[in-house]
Amino acid sequence: MSVGTNGIGKPVSRIDGPAKVTGRAKYAAEFSAPDLAYGFVVSSAVAKGRIKSIDRSAALAVPGVIEVFAHDNRPSLPSSHEKYTDQVAAPGSPFRPLYDGEILFSGQPVALVVAEELEAARFAASLIDINYETQEAVTDLDTQIDKAFEPPEKRAPEWNPSPRGDVDSALSRGPNLIRKEYRTPVEHHNPMETFASTAVWENDGRLTVYDKTQGAPNCHEYLCNVFGLAKEKVRVLSPYVGGAFGAGLRPNYQLFMAALAAIGLKRSVRVTLTRQQMFTLGYRPQTLQTLTLGAENDGRLVAVKHDAIANTSRFEDYQEPTVVWSGALYPCDHSTVTSRLARLDLFTPCDMRAPGGAVGMYALESAMDELSYAVGVDPLELRLKNYSETDQNYGKPISSKALRDCYLQGAERFGWSKRRPEPRSMREARELIGYGMATGIWEAFRVPTSARAILAPDGTLEIACATADIGTGTYTILAQIGAEMLGLPLDKVIVKIGDSDLPSAPVEGGSWTAASAGSAVMEACDGLRKELLKRAGAVSNAPLRGVDLADLTWVDGEIRMTSDPSRAMPLSEALLGLNEPITSEVSSTPDERVLQDYSHYAHSAVFAEVRLDEELGMLRVARVVSAVAAGRILNPKTARSQILGAVVGGIGMALHEETVIDHRYGRFMNHNLAEYHVPVHADVHAIDVIFVDEQEPRLNPLGVKGVGEIGIVGTAAAIANAVFHATGVRVRDLPITIDKLLALRQPTNNHAA
Amino acid sequence: MIDFDYVRASDVGDALSQITKHQAAKFIAGGTNLIDLMKENVEQPTRLIDITGLPLNEIQETQTGGLKIGALVPNSDLAYDQRITRRYPLLASAILAGASPQLRNMASTGGNLLQRTRCLYFYDTATPCNKRRPGSGCGAAEGFNRMNAILGWSESCIAVHPSDMCVALSALEAVVHVAGPKGERAIKSADFHRLPGDTPEIDTNLARDEIITAIELPSEDFSRNYSYLKIRDRLSYAFALVSVAAALKIEAGAIKSARLALGGVAHKPWRAPDAEQGLVGEQAGRKAFCEAADIILQGAVGFAHNRFKIELARRAIVRALEQAAAGTPQSQSVKVIV
Repeated sequence: MSVGTNGIGKPVSRIDGPAKVTGRAKYAAEFSAPDLAYGFVVSSAVAKGRIKSIDRSAALAVPGVIEVFAHDNRPSLPSSHEKYTDQVAAPGSPFRPLYDGEILFSGQPVALVVAEELEAARFAASLIDINYETQEAVTDLDTQIDKAFEPPEKRAPEWNPSPRGDVDSALSRGPNLIRKEYRTPVEHHNPMETFASTAVWENDGRLTVYDKTQGAPNCHEYLCNVFGLAKEKVRVLSPYVGGAFGAGLRPNYQLFMAALAAIGLKRSVRVTLTRQQMFTLGYRPQTLQTLTLGAENDGRLVAVKHDAIANTSRFEDYQEPTVVWSGALYPCDHSTVTSRLARLDLFTPCDMRAPGGAVGMYALESAMDELSYAVGVDPLELRLKNYSETDQNYGKPISSKALRDCYLQGAERFGWSKRRPEPRSMREARELIGYGMATGIWEAFRVPTSARAILAPDGTLEIACATADIGTGTYTILAQIGAEMLGLPLDKVIVKIGDSDLPSAPVEGGSWTAASAGSAVMEACDGLRKELLKRAGAVSNAPLRGVDLADLTWVDGEIRMTSDPSRAMPLSEALLGLNEPITSEVSSTPDERVLQDYSHYAHSAVFAEVRLDEELGMLRVARVVSAVAAGRILNPKTARSQILGAVVGGIGMALHEETVIDHRYGRFMNHNLAEYHVPVHADVHAIDVIFVDEQEPRLNPLGVKGVGEIGIVGTAAAIANAVFHATGVRVRDLPITIDKLLALRQPTNNHAA
Repeated sequence: MIDFDYVRASDVGDALSQITKHQAAKFIAGGTNLIDLMKENVEQPTRLIDITGLPLNEIQETQTGGLKIGALVPNSDLAYDQRITRRYPLLASAILAGASPQLRNMASTGGNLLQRTRCLYFYDTATPCNKRRPGSGCGAAEGFNRMNAILGWSESCIAVHPSDMCVALSALEAVVHVAGPKGERAIKSADFHRLPGDTPEIDTNLARDEIITAIELPSEDFSRNYSYLKIRDRLSYAFALVSVAAALKIEAGAIKSARLALGGVAHKPWRAPDAEQGLVGEQAGRKAFCEAADIILQGAVGFAHNRFKIELARRAIVRALEQAAAGTPQSQSVKVIV
C-alpha cells in the first residue's frame, strides 16, 4: 500500500471552511428539537463542605420553570465511581455530578434548573438558595509540598522511566552544575465555543445528544454506563467543535446534566455553560519543578535530574508526562526524573495542549539555556553537542529524527548568527532585544482506529470515522487521503466524523488523529482498491487483467499500471454496471513490534526574538521561527495553522496565561476572558513555520506524525530565554509579567500595607 | 440573570419620568458593561430603559470655542471624528487605548463614564464586595489585588475606575452635562467620579434619577504636546495597570501649563493639581517630570500584588511627559512605546 502526492501534501483549504463561515456548520448548542427545554447549571459558591439544604421554592415559582434537579431529588444514579469513568479518566474516583450533597470544589455543579426558556432557567437559577456547611479548602500548592506523593496507580507507566546511572554522585563530581526551580501556573483551555449539549429525547426512548466533545464514542460509553442505557439507545454527535485544546477529552458535566434532565423529563433538553462556568472544568495543573543539570566544561551533559510536583484533586490522580522528556532527549549517563502529586480542593486537572510537555520542556529548556551561559557555549551549539539518535530513557532507536535540520534551518531563517552572546548586548533605540531558542519534542502516537470507505456507483467516495475535528483540519486531511487513494478530485469525497454510530475511534487528542484515523482511512480505501481491481480485471478486453495491485497508480480518475502507463482504465469504467455501493471497513492497528522496537517523536526548534522597554517592562515577542520535523505533512496549510495557533498558545503561556486562586475561598477569580489573558492580535507578531523534510518509515503507512501539540512545546522556553538574553533577568515563574520583569513585586504577604 | 422589562424612551423627559417611576430601573445605551454585569447577577435592574433613540448623538461647537459631545455618540465615532482627532487628540488616543473596535462601536460616550470597576470581587457574587453588597466586606484588600488601587482607596474599597476615556476627559477638564427632575446641571469631570470612602457602592455624583446628556470640552485642547500612555499586561484589550494622560503647553522650552491624570490607580481618574502646578515654569525635562511624579505618588500605598504599580506609575508619568514634551505621543495602533 503506497500513497502518492496527488491529494496528499497539497495546501488545500479546509473543506469545512465554507460551512463554518456561512453558519451552515452547526455546533452542539445550535441543534434544536420540538419542545426543547433549557437547563441552566447552578454552581457551588463554596469550595469544600456539604449542602445542608436547598430552597428551590422561588425558582419553581418562576413562570416556565419545569424542574430543579439536585442531589436531593435526582433520578436514581449508580453509586459506583467506576460507572462514571471514561477513556481519558485519571486513576481514582471520577466525579459524580448531583450524586450527593458533598462539595469537592468551588463551582461544582449542584443543581440544574430546567425551564421552557433559557432566560427563565437562568433567572430561576439565581433564586435558588443553598445553605452550605462550609469547611476550609486547601488550594495553595506551596503549602502541600510536604504531602506530595508518587501516585500509586500510573496513568501511563512509560512516563516514569527508571533512573539510570547514579545521578547524585555524578552531579557532585560534575564541574558545572545548574540547579533551578521553575513554576508554572494553572491555565484554562478557554476554547471559543463554550461547552454545550443538546439531548434530544426521541419518541421511542432513544437519546440523541449533540455534544461539544473530542470523543463522541467516549461520551456515548459514559452515558450508557451512568444512566444504564443500552448502547443502541444512545447516539452522541459532535460534527463541529469550536476549539477544545483538551478540554473536551473527558465527558464534561453539561453532558451529564442534559442527559439526566432529558431522561428525567422525557423531553429534549439543552444545557450550555457560561464562560464563568468554563473555569469549573479541567485545567492545566500548577507545577513546581526542580531541574538539575551537570555538564562537562564543553557543555556535554553528564547528569539530568528533574523533579516535578503538580496538583491534582482530592478524588483523582491526574498525571501528565512532565519529566519524561528530560530523561529522553539529551545523551547523558546519569538521569533521574520523578513526578509527584499534591491534592488540592479543586476539580481534577485535564490534558491541555501538550500536557506535561509544554510545562516540563519549559523547565528543561530554560535550564539548558542557563547552562549555556554557565559553560559559555552558544545555546544552539549546546543542543547540537548533546544530540542523540537514541531515546535515552529506554535505549531505543528513534524511528526518525530530523531535529538537527530543525536546528539548522530554523537558525538560518531566524538569523541566529547575528545574536551577540552576552545578555543585554543588543538594543535598538530604547528597546533591549533578546534572542532565545529551545527544543520541542512530543511523542508521535498511533492508536487503534476504525474507518469505513464507501464508493458509490457514481464515483462518490464517503469516508466515515467517529473521530472529531476540533478545528484542526481532520475533515480535510481525511478527504485528501481518500482522494489520493482512489485518484478522485477532492469534491468527490464526503467525510463523516464526530458520531458514535460511525466506526469507532479514540478521543481526538495527543496529536494522534492524523496518524491513526488517517491510516484507518487509507486502509479502508485500500480495500476499495482491491475490489475495484477485481472489477477492472473482469471487464472484457480489460487492460488491467492480471495486474498486481502494487503496480497500480490511482490518479485523475484513472487506474493506471505504473510500470506500463499505456494500460489504464477510467475509474468510471470499473464502476459500470455497479448498482450497490462498494464498502470497505477496517480496524486499523499499529504494528506492536514497531512500537516496541522504536521510539517515535515529533521534534521542533523554536527561535524567538523579544523586545523590551526596560523602564516600563513592556515586552513583546517580535518574531518566532518554529522549525518542525513531523514526518510527512499531509496538508501544509492546515498543518501550518496548527503550529501558528500553538505558537500563539506558547506566547500566552510565556507572557499571559494564569488562572489565579483566592485561597481563602478556594476559588479561581479571573474567570472571564477580560481578566484571563490570552494573546490578542497586538501581541502576535511575525511567526514563521518551517516543516523540515523527514521520512518516517515505520509508524504508519502514511509516514505522518501529528502536529497538534509540537508547536507549543519549547515556545515558552524560547521566549523566556530571549527575555534573559535581552535583560539579564531570569524569570523562572510563568507568566513573565511586568512586575516580575522589573522585579518590582514585593514579597507576597497578603496584607494591606 | 434577572427577569426584566424593556422599554424605549422617546426623549430626555420621557427617560427621566420613567427612571423616576421605577426604582429598580436602569438606562441602557451600548450595554457593553451592564449586560455583562446582569448576566453574573451583579446588576439586577428589573427594567431597562433604552435611551439609544434619544437625540443625543451630535458633536457641536460651543460658543466658547470648545466642543459639546452628545452622550450617545459612540466611542468609535468620537475617536475618529476629525474635530476630535485634530483638536483633542489626547481624547481620541485614550479612547483607542481602550476595549476593542467591536466594543467601541457599541459603547456610548455617556456610558463610558458609568463603567463599573473590573475588580474581580465585584464581578463574583460568591465573594464579598462592599461595592456590590454594602457591608459584606472587601474581598480584594487581602485577596488578589493586582489590578486594584494605590491611591485614594478606603478601608471598605480598593477598586479602580476602569475607563481610559475618562482619564483624558479629566486631564482636559471636561464638563459633564446632566438632566434631572429638577432641571439641568453641569458637573466638572474632577467631581463626577468619587472616591470610595464609606460608600463604595456609589461610583459617581450622578443621581439615580439623572441622565448624562453631553460632555463639554473646553477650548484649551493641548493638541501639540500630549500623550496617553497605557501600561497593561497585554498590548490590547486589557485594562490599565497604570495609564497616564499628559498634556503640556510649552513656550521656549519652559512649561506654561500642565495637566496630568492617572488611570488604573484609583476609584476615579487621579489628578494632582500640586504636581501640575509644580511643573509650571520648569524646563520641560526629566528632572521636572520626576519631581511631578514624586508629588503625585507621595501618598500611594499598595497591597500584596500591586505595590509594583507605584514605581511603574512613576516611570509611566515620566515617560508620558517626555512623549508629550517631545511631540511624539504614544501611538495606539503601533503599540511600540517610544
